[in-house]
Amino acid sequence: MPVIMILYYLITVFLAALLVWNFLIEKKKTEDLVHYLLVLIPLVLRLLRVK
Amino acid sequence: MKRPVLSKAVLAILFIVFLVHGGLRLHRHRHFDISVVAGPGVSRVVQLSDFGPGLRGTMADTKVYFLEGAEPGGKAILLANTHANEPEGLLAALLIIENAMVEKGTLIVIPQFNHSASRNTRPGDGYPLYFEIPTDWGSKRFRMGNRDASPLDQWPDPDVYIHYPDRQLLSYIDARNVNRTWPGRPNGPLMEKVTFAAMEIMRREKLDLAIDIHGAETMFPVTNCIVAPEKSNRIATIAALTVKAKEGFDSHVEPSPMGFRGLSHREIGDYSDTLPFLLEAPIPFLDQPTGPKTEKLLLDGKDPFLLSLARKKKLFVPYDESGWPLEKRVGQHCSVILEILNQYSKKNPERSLLVRGIPRFAEVLRDGVGHFFHNPAAAPNDRIYSN
Repeated sequence: MPVIMILYYLITVFLAALLVWNFLIEKKKTEDLVHYLLVLIPLVLRLLRVK
Repeated sequence: MKRPVLSKAVLAILFIVFLVHGGLRLHRHRHFDISVVAGPGVSRVVQLSDFGPGLRGTMADTKVYFLEGAEPGGKAILLANTHANEPEGLLAALLIIENAMVEKGTLIVIPQFNHSASRNTRPGDGYPLYFEIPTDWGSKRFRMGNRDASPLDQWPDPDVYIHYPDRQLLSYIDARNVNRTWPGRPNGPLMEKVTFAAMEIMRREKLDLAIDIHGAETMFPVTNCIVAPEKSNRIATIAALTVKAKEGFDSHVEPSPMGFRGLSHREIGDYSDTLPFLLEAPIPFLDQPTGPKTEKLLLDGKDPFLLSLARKKKLFVPYDESGWPLEKRVGQHCSVILEILNQYSKKNPERSLLVRGIPRFAEVLRDGVGHFFHNPAAAPNDRIYSN
């Protein structure tokens, strides 16, 4: 795997972790919770090397 | 349980359900193999990485089928699934692998040239993941791929793709399109390694002809044609005139533009002694103004919106209620390939190719594409290959 691809996977892990963290700390807005999870889907699919 | 915690738990469960449901389908598609029964003409099967070691162990490595005649002669290569969402090329190539017998010369076939793209799906357009062809022994299932390689195999995309070696600026997405990465280089991005390996076959095997098999939209001007550079033009023109006169279908000749780099019909000719040809058959499925992108539309090419546009003379091919079925597209490719081989052989008797067993346009139209595929369950194990 080329170095640049590894770096992009690390960026993806970082963004996914941010989204999960925001999902966990959100207390009130259900709409934001849904948004965090929607944005998380393609990142998780990429990290699992599905899509 | 507090209400926010309950909401989060429900949402998290829904997230996992959607992720697993959708993800499993995509995972199965990426790992679905098509069984190919090597016909009596196939003398050996190697990997593209044998010609470009940089591909070994990657999803871009693919099978290369050699059909070698008893008598030496000319050599030709057929490339299919350069764009894996144009399945008429794949089916024509597989039909040739399963049925062709080479008496003189060598035919090399790469049915999944962009192997990574054949295991990719089209986001957003609702493409079917698979399509099935009826055969004499049941139906045969194929993966529906995408135009470009999967980002799982080549990522990230650049902002602009800079073509090697001409440094022409192309769209970022073309970095994953093997019909923009010719002639390639051994240490470039993965798709450039694919085209470099194919160029290596042409150089090492001293190939006479390279035929890249495609499909194109009915609203795209370069459709239903043979694209040829100056050096291939004469053979392409005679082949086009012959199929028109003898078999009654059009496949006109389009010149390969000199200023548009990266295309097979341009770079193969410029960087090797091989004569390149690119075949386009109309595929209504790829047109933008159609109904849903269903398996039926892919197979029969019938669409009411295109019919309406045809009446307004907005299409570049004749189009009526009969659509543009797969049989017509595959049959057209088979006949044009045979005619190019035939015309080259006539002009170069010392490098001629004699091939039999490939059905022509009328036979494919009459019997259907599936009639020419063999049942993997009834074939010896050592003749079955997964593609």
